[in-house]
Formats: sequence, structure tokens, C-alpha cells
Amino acid sequence: MQLLRAAPALTLLILLGPVAAGLMGTLAPAFGVLPALGGTTPGLAPLRTLLAWPGLTEAVGLSISTGIAATILSLGVVTLFTAGWYGTRPMRWLTRLLAPLLAIPHAAAAFGLAFLVAPSGWLARVFSPWATGWDRPPDLLIVQDPLGLTMIAGLVVKEIPFLMLMTLAALPQAHPEKRLTIARALGHGRVSGWLKAVFPAVYTQIRLPVYAVLAYSLTVVDVAIILGPNTPPPLAVQVVRWMSDPDLSMRFPASAGAMLQLVLVLGALGLWRLGEHMIARLARPWAEAGPQHLPMRGAGLALAALGAGTVLAGLGVLGLWSVAGFWPFPDALPRSTEMAGWVRHGAALGTAAWETLRIATAATGAALGMALACLEAEHRFGLTPGTRSLWVLYLPLLIPQVAFLPGLQTLALITGAPEGGMVVLGHLVFVLPYVFLTLAAPWRAWDTRHATVAAALGAGPWRVFWTVRLPMLASPVLTAGAVGLAVSVGQYLPTLLIGGGRIQTLTTEAVALASGGDRRVIGVTALAQTALAVGGFALALAIPRLMWRNRRGLRGGR
Amino acid sequence: MNGLHLDNIAITAGGVPLVALSAHIPPGETLTVMGPSGVGKSTLLAGVMGTLPAGFALGGRLRLNGRELTGLPPEDRRLGILFQDELLFPHLSVGGNLAFALPARLRGRARRARIEDALDRIGLSGFATRDPATLSGGQKARVALMRMLLADPQALLLDEPFSRLDTALRARIRALVFGLAADRGLPVLLVTHDGEDVPPGGRVVQLGG
Repeated sequence: MQLLRAAPALTLLILLGPVAAGLMGTLAPAFGVLPALGGTTPGLAPLRTLLAWPGLTEAVGLSISTGIAATILSLGVVTLFTAGWYGTRPMRWLTRLLAPLLAIPHAAAAFGLAFLVAPSGWLARVFSPWATGWDRPPDLLIVQDPLGLTMIAGLVVKEIPFLMLMTLAALPQAHPEKRLTIARALGHGRVSGWLKAVFPAVYTQIRLPVYAVLAYSLTVVDVAIILGPNTPPPLAVQVVRWMSDPDLSMRFPASAGAMLQLVLVLGALGLWRLGEHMIARLARPWAEAGPQHLPMRGAGLALAALGAGTVLAGLGVLGLWSVAGFWPFPDALPRSTEMAGWVRHGAALGTAAWETLRIATAATGAALGMALACLEAEHRFGLTPGTRSLWVLYLPLLIPQVAFLPGLQTLALITGAPEGGMVVLGHLVFVLPYVFLTLAAPWRAWDTRHATVAAALGAGPWRVFWTVRLPMLASPVLTAGAVGLAVSVGQYLPTLLIGGGRIQTLTTEAVALASGGDRRVIGVTALAQTALAVGGFALALAIPRLMWRNRRGLRGGR
Repeated sequence: MNGLHLDNIAITAGGVPLVALSAHIPPGETLTVMGPSGVGKSTLLAGVMGTLPAGFALGGRLRLNGRELTGLPPEDRRLGILFQDELLFPHLSVGGNLAFALPARLRGRARRARIEDALDRIGLSGFATRDPATLSGGQKARVALMRMLLADPQALLLDEPFSRLDTALRARIRALVFGLAADRGLPVLLVTHDGEDVPPGGRVVQLGG
């Protein structure tokens, strides 16, 4: 009981402790203090080294432009699509794809996109030589283009499903049917009616997820390594390069860069907030200007379908390459297939897959335990969570990973904490918010009269928890577990930075292959990574179905 | 001093008074609390049950057959409760729902026999392995009633338990509930907005309005 009462505070500590400690551990070397490397007097030398780096302006510019563009585009597509197609059949079809699309790791989706759009990619092959006249891959820089356009696309296709899910969760409170009916009765078109009458209510609820997307896109490393420009790369990638430099003195400019990255994110969030106010002000006269028709319904559907299609087609091409034998350009399909890639890399892949699974199950198990303890404490002690607790949950998603993970690694080195445990802790910080957010809504929506009935039958609080509430909510608990597993499987930086490069998961392996360009190995690794993440969701669907095959009251609907 | 005593019960929410009631319900008798929805009838039952939400406070004393209930956790009060919905546990079979109410010391064959006997008495012999979701409304109501009685309660709390049933079924289930309560000499606290639910000769207290 005592432990349960302390659960929310403990969870807070586990969530914020590493973030705060990590920030401190990055801040000190940013100002030259890192005794282990001989830095004892605070100074601005690291900052000077950072400012002397010739690529700085361009790297900062890239971070900001790709981050903001990716956020605006993904929010735009989701909004346009929901506005035009809410409650229709195409919307139901596409939402059915949400879970698998969300589960596919960013790195795998990025490789899939690269394999589609590269000069020697599948799209070029399909249209060659009959339409393009190419019988050799053209000399074009599409993947890793200097403006980061492909990187933006890679981010957008993965952020669309996330913002879509958040929008769907927010919609019931916005009463879309009523508002839209009124707007349309007043003569507004479907899209303009939605934008004017429903979207403002939805946006206030998805604001935090949108901020998380902005912060993520601005600081992403794995997608940037695979799809982004190289010389210079976005700032976050450069920070990681410095962090991994054999010359340990590069830790100093790395930390300064990480702090600059934090400032960039805070600045971008501030700018975004300012943009919200401006749009709200500018849009009011538009909303009050009377009925309108925006002929953008088709575009909304086309863009959403394009996003989903790109990810799925990319996976398909990854699959083709993983079994491809001889596959010359411009053939659209390999001339032969073989399992050699899988056989050759099977053993190495198995070790990495096992490591991935171990970290993911540990982090997810801990996250589920803490989320359940917090929710149960909330129920038993009548705690009411405020908006502040929601901000706390989102904090690890808003603060750039490169700003606190290096510090966490330094701390692990200094304190001698076991590396494996620290990596799991690093994953937990990102897994816990998603697990909690996924589980909280169905857990709180449970009819507590079941608990009253059980208590009247003589069951104490723990018996109610274990024998009534948990089994009744098995399905959402498993779904939350699948989400946690997918988040952990997809993590790149926590494994790389805290593990100091010594712990290899499928994701670190896959990203490390980016520079090599062996498509068969990349296909095999990215598919294995995807299989782990998607497999969790498949289990979360299958287990309740088996468990409750004779219980109609618990099947479907969730 | 047998029966259920509500001595100057007063429920407040954040210091604001919501419901107040003082009553004695002797064994086998029913006290009906009536009033429009929103006057705090269900809150009154939650107060007696000990499941008031955070921010609510209960003043006064509750006694059942001389036992002090105030301050006891709900599972130790030995009160049976029926809601408008049957609230059968959807993950357990019909037999499992009944077994949930039986004391742990009853084991093995004796436990199964007890469940079979209980099902016989509500005309549902052989239903033990059935999924509760496949039962009709009347069958669900009977299982919920039997589940409550198997826990051997010393008083019953009824929260509009008949309002979901259709007219024909309603009279039968009502007769069954009050008949069993009278047989066992249980005091009953009923809240409803429907005068039809009041048993013949039962006392009525009007709340609000």
C-alpha cells in the first residue's frame, strides 16, 4: 500500500531523474568541465571550438528547416485528410493501417523510402528505360540531398500515423459530428467547415503531440543519417559524430553542440507557439467571413494514401532486396531470388535481435508496471491528474535526446553503473510516456461499479485489481505493451550513446549499414527490426482473441 | 438493535452538503429513497457502501446489526449491492461469476456443488460454463442477484436495479428480490425514481425536489 501510494512520485523520479541528470552531465562539459578528460576550469573553449566549425551555420539551418517543414507537412496532411474524410469508408480503411504503420521503426521506413526514390531505386526501375530513357542509374543526388527534402519526406510519412492516432483520440471531446453538422447547415463546405468549427478544438488537444513531433524532427539522428545530407549533416548528427570520435577531447564541442541543440528546440517551440497565436488571429476574420468551399478533399485523401503507401511499398522493396539474387538496373524485379542474405547474416542478426528483445522487454515491462501502479494509485487514492502531469510525461519527448543522453553516458562512466541497466533506463524514459498515454484512457474509462460489486462480494482492492480489472483490461494492457516494445525496438541514440557503441541492437546495426550501401544486408536487418516491432502488435491482437474466444463481452470494440 | 441504522448521515462534496438522511431499516423491511435524478441518490448508496469518490465526505454513523460500519473498507461491510446494469464480470463464466462470491475455504467438489445448487434455484441449471454475454436480460438479472446472495450479505443496497428490465420481467424480478430479502430477514435500502418499484407497505423517503 505504501509503495503504491508512492508510485506516482517514483515514476516521476524515473522519468525526470535521467533527463535532469543527463542535462547536467552535458551542460558541464559544454563549459569545459569534465574532470575525467582533464577539464576542471569552466570556460568558453568548447563553445569557441563549436563556433569555429565551418559547417555550423548550414547544420543549424538544416535542423530548423527540416524540423519545421516536416511538422507543418505532417500536421497539414493529417488535418486535411480528417477534415475531408471523417466518418467515411476511406478513413476507416486507412485507420486500420495505423497500428502497423506506427510500429514500423523510423530507420526501416527511412531505408524503405531510400530504396524507392534513389536513382537506382525501385521507382526509377519501374519507369526505366521506357519512360525515362535511363539504362543506367542517373547521376542525381536524391537521397541525402543537400536541402534535406528526402529526409523531410521520411519524417513526414512516419509522423502522419502518429498525429493521426492523436487526432483520433482527441476527436470525441471535440464533438465533430455536431459541430460539422451545424457548420454545413450554415452552408459551409466539408473541409472549410471542419477547419473553422472542429479543428481549433482538436488542435488544443493535440498540441503536446505536435510539439513532440517538432522537437523530434528537429533533433532526429537515425533518419538523418540514412536520408539526410552529409556535408554538413543536421546539427544533431554532427553532435553524435563528435560524441563517437576516438579523440575524446571532441566531447567538449559535442556537449556545446548538444546545448545549442536544446536552445534550438526551445526556440523552435517558442516560434511555433507564436505561429499558433498569429494563425489564430489571422484565421478569425476568415472564419467569420461566411460559408466557403475549399476544393481540397481529394488532395487530403491522396496525400494520406501516398504517405501510407510509401511506407508499405518501401517495406516491400526492402523485402525484395533481402532475397534478391542478381538484380541489374533497370529491371523492376530481381532476376533470381535466394535466401543467402538471411542465411549469411542470420547468426549476427540473431544476436542483435536477442539484445533488442531483451532491452525492449525489460523497458516495456518496467514501464507497464509503473503505468499500472500510477493508474491504480490514482483510482484508489482518488488522485486527479492535472495538465501538469501530462507535460511531465511529454518532457522526455520534448527535450532533444542528444542534449541529455551524452550526459547520462558520462554519469554512467563516472558512477560505474552497469551499462546494460543504464541502456534499459535510457529506453524506459522514452517507452514510459507512450505506454502510459496508451493505457491511461482505457484504464480510466473502466466502469468502476465493477469494483464496487466485487468489493460487495468481499474482494479487497488487490483481488479486484488482479482478478477483475486487469483481466477485463487485458487487451489495452497488451496494446500498451506492444506500443512500448515498438518504441524501444526503434530507439537508436539511447543504445548508441549510453551503450558507448558496445551494445548492438537491430536498430544500431541497421543505421550503421547506411554508409555501406549493401542493399541485401540492409533489407534483411531492416525487415528483422520491423518484424520485432510489428510482431508485438500481432501478439497484442491475437492473445485476447484466444483468451476471450468464448467471452463475447470482451471481444471486438477495443 | 438489529437492522441497518443510518444515524444522521450527511454527505458533503468539498464542504457543500449534498444528501442527508437519518433512518432505521429493520430486518426484512425496505426503505425506498425517491427523487429525481441528480439529487444524490447514488451518492447516498456510495456513502453507505464506502466507495465515495475523492472530495466527498460522509458525516454521521452507519451501523448494521449492531456492527459499526463507518470507516470499514467496502469489502468488510457485508453489504450486497445491485445496480441498474447487472455488471456480471465479462471475463468469467456464469459459474465463475457465482464462484467469485463464495468464501475461499469452500473448495473442490463442495464449491462446484454450491454453484450448481445456486443455478438450480434461479432456474439456470447447467449454465455454469456459459459466457454471461450470451444470457438474456432476465437470466443476467437472476445471476447478478444470486451472486450477491452467495456472498451472504447482511443488508441489500439497490440502485434502480429494475429500470433496465421490460415490464413483464420487471414484476417477476422485483418479486424475486424482495421475496428473498424478506425470507432472509435482510434490511433493504432502495433508491429509485419510479414509484412502481416500492414494495407493498414499504416506507418511502423523498429526496430533493
